[in-house]
This record gives sequence, C-alpha cells and structure tokens, in this order.
Amino acid sequence: MISSRFSKIASWVYLATLYGFIFLPVAVLVLFSFQDGRLPVPPFNGATLKWYGEVFADSRLMSALGNSLMVAIGSSLVACVLGFCAAYGLARYVLPASRLQRGLLVAPMTVSYLIIALGLLSTFNWVGISLSLWTVGIGHVMINLPLCFAIIYASMGDHQKNIERAARDLGAAEWQVMTQVSAPMLMPSILAAFFLSVTFSWDEFIIAFLLSRFDVTLPVEIWSMLRSGLNPKTNAVGSVVFLVSVALLLILELIVFRRTAKK
Amino acid sequence: MTAPVSIRNATKTFGDFTALDDVSLDIAAGEFIVLLGPSGCGKTTLLSLLGGFLSPTKGVIEIAGRDMGDVPPARRPTTTMFQDYALFPHMTLRDNVAFGLKMRNVAKRERQTKAEELLDMVGLKASAGKKPHELSGGQRQRVALARALAVEPDVLLLDEPLGALDLKLRRQMQDELKAIQKRVGTTFVHVTHDQEEAMAIADRIVVMNAGKIEDVGRPEDIYMRPRTLFSARFMGEVNFIPGTLEALSNESISVKTVLGAVTLPNAALGDQALKPGQKITLAIRPEHFRASTGTGPRITLGKAKVEDGSFFGTHHRAHLSPLDYPDMVITAHMPQSAIIEPGAWVDLTIDPASVVILPGHPAATAQEDAA
Repeated sequence: MISSRFSKIASWVYLATLYGFIFLPVAVLVLFSFQDGRLPVPPFNGATLKWYGEVFADSRLMSALGNSLMVAIGSSLVACVLGFCAAYGLARYVLPASRLQRGLLVAPMTVSYLIIALGLLSTFNWVGISLSLWTVGIGHVMINLPLCFAIIYASMGDHQKNIERAARDLGAAEWQVMTQVSAPMLMPSILAAFFLSVTFSWDEFIIAFLLSRFDVTLPVEIWSMLRSGLNPKTNAVGSVVFLVSVALLLILELIVFRRTAKK
Repeated sequence: MTAPVSIRNATKTFGDFTALDDVSLDIAAGEFIVLLGPSGCGKTTLLSLLGGFLSPTKGVIEIAGRDMGDVPPARRPTTTMFQDYALFPHMTLRDNVAFGLKMRNVAKRERQTKAEELLDMVGLKASAGKKPHELSGGQRQRVALARALAVEPDVLLLDEPLGALDLKLRRQMQDELKAIQKRVGTTFVHVTHDQEEAMAIADRIVVMNAGKIEDVGRPEDIYMRPRTLFSARFMGEVNFIPGTLEALSNESISVKTVLGAVTLPNAALGDQALKPGQKITLAIRPEHFRASTGTGPRITLGKAKVEDGSFFGTHHRAHLSPLDYPDMVITAHMPQSAIIEPGAWVDLTIDPASVVILPGHPAATAQEDAA
C-alpha cells in the first residue's frame, strides 16, 4: 500500500521535474519579457508590455523577421517540391542503386549544421556567389530536403501506386498523375513536411549566420542584440520567435494530423 | 462504344517463369468474357496485356482491328476496374467519375453532367458530393464501374472486381454488372477464380491453367461438356472414372472402365478425335446419378454402397463406394425425397447423354483440385 502510494508520488514528481526541465527556461524567458525594469533577472518587478512595443517599433528587428519568414517559407516550398519529386521517382520507378540514392538523400541529416554551413561557404566563395538571403535559403533547403524526402517517401504505399495506375489508365499523363492524384493524395504528409521545415528554418542560426551578410534573419539579429548584453527586449523578441514556432506546430497538429486521423 | 479483341499467340515470360504460353483468343464486340482459373494461371497477366500494363514477350494484341503493340494504357480504348477499386480518395464521387473526361479535356459542365448520369446508372446519384471513404465496399465498387465506363471505352477490363465483397453482395453485384453490360454494350473482359460467378455473368468462359487456355465456351458447354479434365474439375464437383477407349463407330463408343464396359453415344466425345486403345476418363457430375428414376436411355456402372450422406436442401449429397472398385469414392446428388442410409446398396444409373469422355487419366491432375 505504502509502496504503491510512494511510487505514485514518485512518478508525479518525475513528471513535474521532466516538464520543469524542458519548459522552465522558456517560462523564465517569457516571464521576464514582461519585466518592468532594465534587467531580465529576478526579482520580477511587475508586468509591462513596453518591451514588446520596442520590439515591434525596431525596424531592424522587423525587417529581420520579414527576412526570416521569407527564407523559411521559400526554402520549405523548394524543399517540399524537390522532396516530393525525389520520393515519387524513387518510390514509383525502378532506378539504378535506389537504396544508395535514398541513403545519399537523407545523409545530410546526420551532418552538423556547422559543417554544412562551412561547406556551402567555401563552395559559394569558390563559385563566386556572394552571400545574401538566397544563400541562406539554399542552406536551409539543404537541411530540410532530407526531412521532406523522408516524410513524403514514407507515406507512399502500394495502395497509392494502384490509384496512380488507375489515373494513367483513365488517360492522365505523368505530370497530371503527379499534380492531380499523387500530390493531393499525399497532401497530409506534404503539409507536415512543409510546416516542420518552416519551423526548422525559422529558428536556425548557424547556417543563417555564416551564409548571410547585410540582410539577416531574426536569429542572427537577436544574436547581435545579445552581444550588447541581456535586456527584457531580447526576451520579448525571443518570446515572439517561440510563439511563432508554437503557432506553426499547432497549425500542423490541427490541419494535418486531424485530417489524417479522420481518414 | 464497343470493339472486338483479338489475341494471337500471346506469350509472357518473367525470367524463367512463363505466365502466359502462346494464348490465342478472339472476343466479339459486346461480349461478356470471363477469364477463369486458379491463382497463377495467367488470367491477370492476360488482362494486363490487354490494358497495356504489361507488354507481351511474343504475340499480337489487337483491339478494334488495331495493333496495340506500342500503345500505352492511357491511349488504349480500354479502362480497368481494379480489385481494390483504386478510387481517388481526395475527390468527390462526381470528380472521380469525371476524371477520365477531364483528362480528355471535356468541358467542366459537360463532364459533370456525364458523371452524374453514370452515378445515376449505378444508383449513387444522391451521393455525388461524397468522398470514397464515406461509402461501403459495394458502393465504392459501383463508383469504380461508373468511373471506368465514363470515358466510353471499347473494352472494359475487370480485375476480380467482386473479390473483396461478401457472398450476398457479390451475387447482387453480378446481376448488376451483367445488366449494365447489356445496357452499355461495351465488351467486358472479367477475371475471376470463382466459377459460380463466371457462370452467372459470362457470355463465354475462358478456363485457364498454367498459362494456357484449357477451354472456351458458353457456361452451359463448359460445365456440361468440358474439354479437359482440368476444366471439368474446375467448374464444379465431378467424378472421374478412368478407362480405355475400346471401339468407336458412327453412332456409339465402347469404353471399358474400372466399373465395367459401357456404350455411350458418339456425342460424349464432343469434337475430340480419339483413337481406340487410348486412355480416357469418363466425367460424370454428381447430379447425374439419378438412381433408376425417370425414363429414357439408361446405362449402369454397377452397384455401389452408400458410405455417408448429408442433406443440402436441393439434394442429398452422398459418398458411394462402387462394388467393382471399392477404393473409388463417388459423389452423387440424390433427389430430396431419397432416403440415404449408410450401408444401403444403390444402382449407379446415369443417362448416357450426360457422360463426357475426356482424354487422359486424372492422376496427373489430382493435385489441381482447386474447385
């Protein structure tokens, strides 16, 4: 009796510690973004929205936020299209060394972002491409393509193959099969890949830092703000980044996973 | 629309395996053909050759007199109804049925009208706006049929379309398929391994085995006058009585069997040319043992002892062991009113017209008891 009660309490303590460990830093970040004072450290002096006002009035931060959204959405779209085409080809046709090709496609997932960024940096130098948001976007396509490919490829089964065969039998050309049958049929996984890519690109720092020059993304801008020391404004912009990520995941959960569950 | 199909010497091999071995078949326009056989007999391969999903290793396939050699599935005058229906899950029934017309650049209004007409034909007009996952198996099946017919193919290929349905629904869909086929007049080529289904819907049945055609004909002919031991066995329960052909004249044939000598009318041979001395088998359906009832010509294969019997409603099914050859088990269907008592003796009396003589002895086909 006692031992079962003890283990019940222990499991609750464990649960609380676990979630505390994961969410305490975020909670602290968000809490002190409302700090009425100059330092985002205890004691908490009372709530104010002043710092959020400053964030949204800061034109550099706002243009970085716009850049981030542009890079995130653009690179995710490209990664999804490329990932879908690669998955379709490898799932539907007998290609030479298809196992090796699949392996090569997902291999960048295991490489650290730093290495990818350094590799791209020297490649761009060598080819003579100057750094810009485009090069950041290319870097983000590189890290998100393996993810998009893996998610979409995993959802391509033999049942859909038969449906595609039916479409061809009814007169559809290959591009019509892909755009009107396969892609809509796989839309839940394509959307899942897209939203995950957007969240990864949204708060990616190393590649964005090394591959950008004048126009920068939000994480890079925050980093340069941090160099002049902590203040509640950095907490506020950090909270905004966090909020957007949460919103994206909620969208993913609501429109993608709910749709799949219904089927 | 409708068209004849001609298959000439079609062979299809996959590596060392010959799926289809020199098959020739002519199908008339508007005919309902059923390809019947056990799994692996080549029936689905033949259907895929017609649909263009496979190309023959050797041989020619013509539809409406045109060689289909290099014509891809999309440009053939055929459509296929798949076993798992293969409906587009993200489209409404209306869009599913209209898909083929859309691919043919038919204007939106026109193709939707046509789609609704076809959904009406299969009794699903009210559900035109639903998605496939809201339907039952039988309803999905009907949508698949409407979708395949919407583009007015010359030939509709049906790949075991009723395989996933339960028995009652399957019988009902058979009637519907046949009625719709008569109405649209399209040539139907239907693949199945269910011989009852084949008999219920076919104008002609093509019995296939090991990549070859065993028998072709009307259901009545295939059932009552099969051309091979395999075909006789696959179409339903049958008793094989091995023997030898003794003599044949213009009117009659003398046969010596393990159950004694019998004389049969010449018709028992069908169009086969057999010679005296050749090994033959008498094929007799269980319902043809109507022990000494009725009038007309009779022959007897001696007496047999009743081993057991069970009542099937329309008949008693009994196992008999003949006096002359007790190792053989004969299955007979006795009239409803008969009294079946194990140990009783009955006469093995049959109408000679119902007996079919087939070449060879059944031992070679004993393992193929797929029916």
